[in-house]
Amino acid sequence: MSDTHIASRSLYFKIFGILMVCTYLTVQMAFVDLGPFNTVVALGIAVFKATIVVLFFMHVWHSSRMTWAVVLGSLFWLGILLVVTLTDYVTRAWQTFG
Amino acid sequence: MSLETHAAAHHPSLAHHFENLEEQREAATLGMWCFLVTEVLFFGGLFLTYTLYRAWYPDAFAAASHEMLIWAGTINTVVLITSSLTMALAVHAAQTGNRRTLIGFLVATMVLGVAFLGIKAFEYRTGFLEGHFPGPGFRFEAKYFQHAQIFFSLYYLMTALHAVHMIIGLGIMGVMLWMSWRGTINADYYNPIEISGLYWHFVDIVWIFLFPLLYLIGRHA
Repeated sequence: MSDTHIASRSLYFKIFGILMVCTYLTVQMAFVDLGPFNTVVALGIAVFKATIVVLFFMHVWHSSRMTWAVVLGSLFWLGILLVVTLTDYVTRAWQTFG
Repeated sequence: MSLETHAAAHHPSLAHHFENLEEQREAATLGMWCFLVTEVLFFGGLFLTYTLYRAWYPDAFAAASHEMLIWAGTINTVVLITSSLTMALAVHAAQTGNRRTLIGFLVATMVLGVAFLGIKAFEYRTGFLEGHFPGPGFRFEAKYFQHAQIFFSLYYLMTALHAVHMIIGLGIMGVMLWMSWRGTINADYYNPIEISGLYWHFVDIVWIFLFPLLYLIGRHA
């Protein structure tokens, strides 16, 4: 489970390559008018980039279940912060939002 | 006498309250991740603030975002991702006990970190000169004068907080360089490099979100 796993260097270079391609894509897409989907595409690419950094550069993929729990816990609490706050703001009928 | 025998039975890098090196490594990793959870929520509050104000004033935010130097932001993204690669390779070198390679990649990571801060400083200077700093000297088209200042307040606050994390990261890398130089780090004991890497990658992830939100929104308009 948490036996010392040494990731290969070729994996790091592959992840780096994917991150670079994603950076190129996100900059290119920013100049294309997709309406509200510009934000969706930009954030989708950012979430994907962050995920592969966490899983492979930060070794979570091969880490113990305890580490997985803590990492997922951070997303859970961040979700509470964002979702609960936004449920308030997007439902204020007396003002336009978004 | 008995104390010395006791100490000799242990790996020199193993603290006495751990059973073995593996347990010690797991504790170190977990501890760093717990700290990073607090960091996620720390930055999360600012990202939430940004989301709310952007939803209220989308046009002003798009106009203000248009003033960002997109080339500088893109270069900095590339620089920071490359520094994450050199950091990951430094961890690999530590795990395989390759001291010279480890030192080389730590230095490379630090050089890239300094390059990032240099480009950031140039951007700040450009922003000040163009009057894009909120306050009495602020200059912007009249229509968005008020709300564009909110964008720039958040821009300077979030990027400066990120830059402070970079500076702390450079300090940590300096200590790692010292430890590696002295030979404290080896294939059995590389926790300090591993968890410093976790911190460095986290700071990279914050930038991965800051870049599209600050530089890319409203670019197509």
